[in-house]
Amino acid sequence: MASTQPTAVEMRSETDRAGALKFIIAGRLDSTTTGQLWRRTTETILRAKPNHLTIDAAGVDYCDGSGIALLMHLRDRQQARGGAIEIIGLRSEFQEMFDEATAGPLTAPSSGAKEDAGFVEQVGKKVIEVFQDTASLINFVGELFLAMLYAARRPRRVRWADTLKIAEAVGVDALPIVLLIGFLMGLIMAFQAAVPLGQFGAQLFVANLIGLAILRELGPLMTAIVLAGRSGSAFAAELGTMKVREEIDALKTMGLEPVRFLVVPRVIAALVMTPLLTIFADLVGVMGGAVVLLSLGYPLVTFFHQVQYAVSYGSPVGGLVKSFFFGILVAAIGCLRGLQTKTGASAVGESTTNAVVSGIILIVITDGIFSVIYYYLWV
Amino acid sequence: MATEPLIRVEDLTAAYDDRVVLQDISFEVFPGEVFVILGGSGSGKSTLLKHMIGLYPPARGKIFIDGTDIAGVERDERLEVLRKFGVMYQSGALFGSMTLLENICLPLEEFTDLPAEATRLIASMKLKQVGLSGFDRHMPSELSGGMQKRAAIARAMALDPRILFLDEPSAGLDPITSVELDELILNLAKTLKMTFVIVSHELASIFTIADRVIMLDNRTKGIAAVGKPEELRDHSDSPWVRQFFSRQASADA
Repeated sequence: MASTQPTAVEMRSETDRAGALKFIIAGRLDSTTTGQLWRRTTETILRAKPNHLTIDAAGVDYCDGSGIALLMHLRDRQQARGGAIEIIGLRSEFQEMFDEATAGPLTAPSSGAKEDAGFVEQVGKKVIEVFQDTASLINFVGELFLAMLYAARRPRRVRWADTLKIAEAVGVDALPIVLLIGFLMGLIMAFQAAVPLGQFGAQLFVANLIGLAILRELGPLMTAIVLAGRSGSAFAAELGTMKVREEIDALKTMGLEPVRFLVVPRVIAALVMTPLLTIFADLVGVMGGAVVLLSLGYPLVTFFHQVQYAVSYGSPVGGLVKSFFFGILVAAIGCLRGLQTKTGASAVGESTTNAVVSGIILIVITDGIFSVIYYYLWV
Repeated sequence: MATEPLIRVEDLTAAYDDRVVLQDISFEVFPGEVFVILGGSGSGKSTLLKHMIGLYPPARGKIFIDGTDIAGVERDERLEVLRKFGVMYQSGALFGSMTLLENICLPLEEFTDLPAEATRLIASMKLKQVGLSGFDRHMPSELSGGMQKRAAIARAMALDPRILFLDEPSAGLDPITSVELDELILNLAKTLKMTFVIVSHELASIFTIADRVIMLDNRTKGIAAVGKPEELRDHSDSPWVRQFFSRQASADA
């Protein structure tokens, strides 16, 4: 018995005389055993309300931080109620730990997490954040504009090698997914439309639908959203990591402005590649529609004639103009979020998410603005 | 030293939002000295450094590098000031997407009209100076922490600046590597006559490398002591500072 290590703790409570309570604790007081003891002793004290509490700890053969915390807790409880407490028989090494822990003031433990602000304060903080974000966005747009002007005046100072590499990642590598999404979108839309239009004997007008919807809206929009998800996030993560690793600071102290050095190549790459990708998306989208009509028995010639008839040059050109702006927006917001990254690994994740979210929001808003502009230009 | 100071910090107060980190700090750094900024964690060493290199604008006070106020300088002049110093960051901050040689070539390409052949030659010279010749085609991630720091020193020296700022050169290094790094710093200081400003919490190397130290105080947000380490050990007014330095000296012996 003596050789076996007691794995648990035992506690008995005795009420000797009126209003006096005694806990007799024996065994191991460690982080696994203290929990239940904590609840039991606290309950007992609450029930018995002793004016004198004695803790007989002579049988405690191991005691760690949580055991000490229990003793402190019991002492504080008792003292707060105005009762007396006595701890007896605690081994000298544990007594030392206890004395050290109780010496001097202990700042009141909080929940550990940062305290939540009130509702009003949170709303206020958010509002301020939105304003600050808008201000930094405007600032950034100005800086980017200047840097692009500088690049236009001195094209030799642009880092073309980087730009090409980025263009490959933004454009060439994105081609398969853009083709797949574009084709399937055309196919699915044509398929869904063919049935209801067929009921009116107007199946051929699927060509009008596909032509207008893909070339004007969906081609540029889907390409831009793919870009926001693929490249906007990549830019934010890349620049964010550079920020965390002090590489941005290093650029600044070398006199290389991050906007000129990092953002301009990315924006150039995106503004060239997005319209190109959009052209591909447009083409395969229309082809998707063609496949459906072909399977319904219409010859290809008829389909393409119908598309030609329905779609003026304005639609694809308008779509391409839009995609050009989408490209700039996605790249710029991705870079901005990256440069805004705070410290720490989780900050990079945050700015990546922010880049995609802000990118998509900006795309949709810009698309709306373009719809209004085109409406007034063409009608 | 009767010479003009190379760096002059005047009544610098640094703060993040409302939290004051440094309060009314003034000191000077003279050409050719190895100047060490000492202090415990949270005492504002790195903050002080980032103000000195112009990354953060001071809340109050001024910082002059070779006579130019680094916070108030205009865009064009700013490049002139920036060229006067190089910085080695705590993490090395080498550009991860470039090889070592490209990292060092970058400032040369951006600020000089040297032909590519020349920048490459200069960059490999710098790599040799820090004992990394033959590593020019390596990516930063392929190097050990100590090598990354040495490469970062090489990059900071690319334009042969007058001042080198080093942020915790020995942080995260084993004792042997950090001694090697100290030797490298001493060597460079001696051969190139550069001025070094080093942020450190590493007491072990103070007596070997530092000409003068400044010690920041967590509690007062100010300067606890400035001077030669030996003088501070023997003659400082504050018993705390004396004890601090002599304890280190005895640990060295």
